[in-house]
Amino acid sequence: MNITEKILAKAAGEKAVSPGEIVDAQVDIVMIHDLTGPLTVDAFRRIGVDHVWDSQKIVMVLDHQVPPESVKAAELHKTMRRFAREQRVRIYDIGRGGICHQVLPEKGHVLPGTVIVGADSHTCTYGAFGAFATGIGSTEAAAVMATGRIWLKVPETIRITINGRFKEYATPKDLILSVIGRLGVDGAIYKAIEFTGDAVRHMSVAGRMTLCNMTVEMGAKNGIIEPDETTWQFLKGRTEGAQPVTDLKSDIDACYEKTIEFNINSLEPQVACPPSVDNVKPVSELGHVPVDQVFIGSCTNGRMEDLQLAARILKGRKVNESVRAIVIPASQEVYLQALQEGLIKVFTEAGAIVCGSTCGPCLGGHIGLLAADEICVSTSNRNFIGRMGSPKAKVYLASPATAAASAVTGYITDPGRLRSVNK
Amino acid sequence: MKVYGKAVKYGDNVDTDVILPGKYLVLTDPNELAQHAMEGLDSEFTERARNGVIVVAGKNFGCGSSREQAPIALKYAGTRCIIAESFARIFFRNAINIGLPVIECSGISAAVSTGETLEVSLADGEVRNLTKNQVYHGTKLPPFIMKIMEDGGLIENLRRKLKGERV
Repeated sequence: MNITEKILAKAAGEKAVSPGEIVDAQVDIVMIHDLTGPLTVDAFRRIGVDHVWDSQKIVMVLDHQVPPESVKAAELHKTMRRFAREQRVRIYDIGRGGICHQVLPEKGHVLPGTVIVGADSHTCTYGAFGAFATGIGSTEAAAVMATGRIWLKVPETIRITINGRFKEYATPKDLILSVIGRLGVDGAIYKAIEFTGDAVRHMSVAGRMTLCNMTVEMGAKNGIIEPDETTWQFLKGRTEGAQPVTDLKSDIDACYEKTIEFNINSLEPQVACPPSVDNVKPVSELGHVPVDQVFIGSCTNGRMEDLQLAARILKGRKVNESVRAIVIPASQEVYLQALQEGLIKVFTEAGAIVCGSTCGPCLGGHIGLLAADEICVSTSNRNFIGRMGSPKAKVYLASPATAAASAVTGYITDPGRLRSVNK
Repeated sequence: MKVYGKAVKYGDNVDTDVILPGKYLVLTDPNELAQHAMEGLDSEFTERARNGVIVVAGKNFGCGSSREQAPIALKYAGTRCIIAESFARIFFRNAINIGLPVIECSGISAAVSTGETLEVSLADGEVRNLTKNQVYHGTKLPPFIMKIMEDGGLIENLRRKLKGERV
């Protein structure tokens, strides 16, 4: 079996499972946030049970509409807090957490080999730690809260083997965009994607999270990476008493629907052009695209490594006067570290606005929305019509390096070519 | 279970952001959500759906966000069933869980045009085009999923199960 199959077999209490089989799996963690959670709370109350199945295994995060910009949003938050208190469930409130997919691993809720479901499509991010993690809806989250179980179809697995080394300014974001460009937005529908290869083994936790985060953009059920020393280095001190799982590896004779190989030695910075995440091109082939807004943040690219990269480019330079740049650290922990390392100063001096941890502009909910005909370069994960505001706005997805370089020049720019722009 | 209605057809990769833009996710009343159904794609949808429609679509319908408000908006706007070449998995589960019938049916996109009258038999996955007098065969859903739909959604299904367990 491969790792996805092994985790599902264990969760279902079976010796072995195979693709296509429907299993009844025990869930280890269920997560809800402020935009999906209130529906969950409502659904939970209709089930007719008084208590959640295990209050230690439910995590609530306020991250999408924070701080609340409207009375409606404030009411949703109130619903969440009240439920958390009543059921003695952990809630990461405003100022204590950040974006759910950053907060859960940081706070030790994600462990290799576990089954995690969350009422958010980017729940697949936790596959970076060797967990089986997938998005569900609000109603289903309520059912899991009541029973601790969920039916899952064992997916076919696509193995993506990545070898080589990144060139300067090529990043895991450029890699996953290039993968999505090749497979297409429905290229992995209902399937698992397992990332292997030298480049993945050498990749940081942040990079692995970016890869797994965007597997849902190809329709995948989950993205997953075998846990290793890098995984445990991150988790150490975050998870209480968790012992390293050393045997979570795909068998040598594990079955895959197919294996696709990528070599990143010559990978250039990529962008996903509107209005589809698989409309991917190298920045160098894009032509002149003027930019109105740059957004650096989100569960895809709001981590320290991303901010460090953006700051390296913005240090001593200015955001172009035709651009507004918004930088949002993915969590309070990231924010604090960015502050201590002087990155917040770099962004502020460059003329970017730094906001508190939130999903923010990514989903066009409450801050950083776009007007008609405006163009945004965003490090987030979706460029659908209307995603970040006006249906007439355009969103180009890119790495933090490309986003920062574009903020400086005012048009979409390959960060490698910025050297010629004087500081 | 049979449903009946006029088809309204869309293309491939209809995402949940066009089905229900993010700015409406603070709304909690299903009827209010319904007023914005398909707002990013078809400004006439709510008018067309008022008397009941069957949405027909291409590949990967409902891709993107896990927002259950998307199928809720479609259901309360008047969608009786969605037939697509394929669905994004979270949307598929969400629709079933709120009692909105969904069927995968290969070739449906080319076979059906907007305005044609369809009759769908959920139990056997059969789609009848009454306008063209044709029959298409969709994927049959497993019995336990059919039971969730028959119960009107996952919560009612679970409520009944838990009640039964106690007896």
